[in-house]
Amino acid sequence: MALEKKVPLIAIRNLSKTYQGTDGEIKALDDVTLEVREKEIYGIVGMSGAGKSTLIRCMNRLDTPSGGDVLYKGQSILNMNQNDLIATRRKVSMIFQQFNLFMQRTVGKNVRYPLELSGVPAKEAEERVRELLKIVDLEDKINAYPSQLSGGQKQRVAIARALANSPEVLLCDEATSALDPMTTQSILSLLQDINQRLGITIVIITHEMAVIRQICTRVAILDGGRVAEEGPVDEVFMHTRSDAGRRLFGILPETPDEDPGVPALRIVFDGAAREKPVIANLIKESGVLVNILSANMKHLGGKMYGQMLIETPEDEQAKLLVTQYLSKQGLTVKEVNEK
Amino acid sequence: MSMEDMIPLLWQGLLETLQMTIPATAFSYLIGMPLGILLVVTRKDHIMPNPRLNAVLGTIVNFLRSIPFIILLAMLFPVTRIVMGRAIGTSAIIFPLIISAFPYVARMTEGALIEVDRGIIEAAQSMGSTNGQIVFKVLIPEAMPSLINGAAISMVNILGYTAMASAAGGGGLGSIAIIKGINIRKLDVMYAASILLVFLVQTITVTGTGVSKKIDHRKR
Repeated sequence: MALEKKVPLIAIRNLSKTYQGTDGEIKALDDVTLEVREKEIYGIVGMSGAGKSTLIRCMNRLDTPSGGDVLYKGQSILNMNQNDLIATRRKVSMIFQQFNLFMQRTVGKNVRYPLELSGVPAKEAEERVRELLKIVDLEDKINAYPSQLSGGQKQRVAIARALANSPEVLLCDEATSALDPMTTQSILSLLQDINQRLGITIVIITHEMAVIRQICTRVAILDGGRVAEEGPVDEVFMHTRSDAGRRLFGILPETPDEDPGVPALRIVFDGAAREKPVIANLIKESGVLVNILSANMKHLGGKMYGQMLIETPEDEQAKLLVTQYLSKQGLTVKEVNEK
Repeated sequence: MSMEDMIPLLWQGLLETLQMTIPATAFSYLIGMPLGILLVVTRKDHIMPNPRLNAVLGTIVNFLRSIPFIILLAMLFPVTRIVMGRAIGTSAIIFPLIISAFPYVARMTEGALIEVDRGIIEAAQSMGSTNGQIVFKVLIPEAMPSLINGAAISMVNILGYTAMASAAGGGGLGSIAIIKGINIRKLDVMYAASILLVFLVQTITVTGTGVSKKIDHRKR
């Protein structure tokens, strides 16, 4: 007897999308294949122009791909007729960077809109609206208009509205990109809460690695319309294989960095440093007074990513001590401008 | 002219003007509004792209809009006779008024609806709205303030056209101003009728702007 293969909730198969630009064709997506599993928070990260927005918009057919397929529960949404597409869209809802609330409807009526579409009786709808506003903690704003709300509150309304028809998937298209860091945090924890309490699968598009790091279970790194890397978030973070990934983590400079002009050592931090503070300890342990030429570092989840240039010590013995200590810490050291 | 003679005359004129303006506006919307909706939704980047239909409708609208009303009025005499039962008179002129105004209304409607943010329409699509639901539950309500403004402007326009009714034996304040005032040199009647027209236009405009502002919740 054959083992029953579990159908992924969303399967993207060899998806491509080309636009007709002013200077010829633009490939927004190029043979993208990935799977979103049930009840996970799947992150898609990439620089602007990597094609991630196009990709998420293909998941509910707001954009039509030029090739490949998008399967929702094993069913192609590209071949669906209008009625089936509408039914699927009620189960795969979406929130946006610009919130896209109805400006002439109150908060309550915004949340009620999807219920009107599916013909939920007035009384039941009213109860459901209150329940949804409670989830996003905005019960007191039921009669306010979107223009009276802050960005974070608007996104909360959008989330409540997206949840109205009890969807199975919530697509988030740069949902926190227009928000300040504090508000981003609260929206992210709300999304996490929704995922855990309501069991809704979430797909997040973002250019911020921190967002992925914080709430996603698996991640795909998109670069130039292709999947550069894919896997569980921890794994991708720890052992980044692609240049796009390293760029996003800030490990590789976006532009080749300037020549220091003197013999130097490049220390690459990939989150693996065992002890902190590395340089202070280095000086203490080796007794060599190192001179930092430049540094570009990022703290992510308590780990150090980035790189640093230090002047190569004149003395060969000192140089050896320094490189040995750094290697022992799990850091990669490369020589620049060898003597 | 004495006041006792002038007041009933102007009152009569005012009533006739309204008798032409109000039904003409209403019917212009009955035709023009759906046409305006079609002009928006059939655009190539909108919810029911159909560039060919869009081009055809756009051409018809532009064609009708480019004929001056006074000429259209004369051109339509035979058709007006069939539709309204007669070609001249206050009620007959409603027909050419509609023909002249509905393309204008269509463009007004188009202008208002096209302003609705694409993102909002996409949000509605992403929630599984049908195209009909997008038109009636999103586009029209979201554009309501500019639609109301447009309606006031269209009505003022139609009111302006009614002044030419005298050319087809119609009545109204415009006719009074032209026939009594200019043709038989009763300047006081002409000024009185004109002032009343100005007053009417002001009332419509101020009401339109006021209502439009009041129902708009975009900025507070």
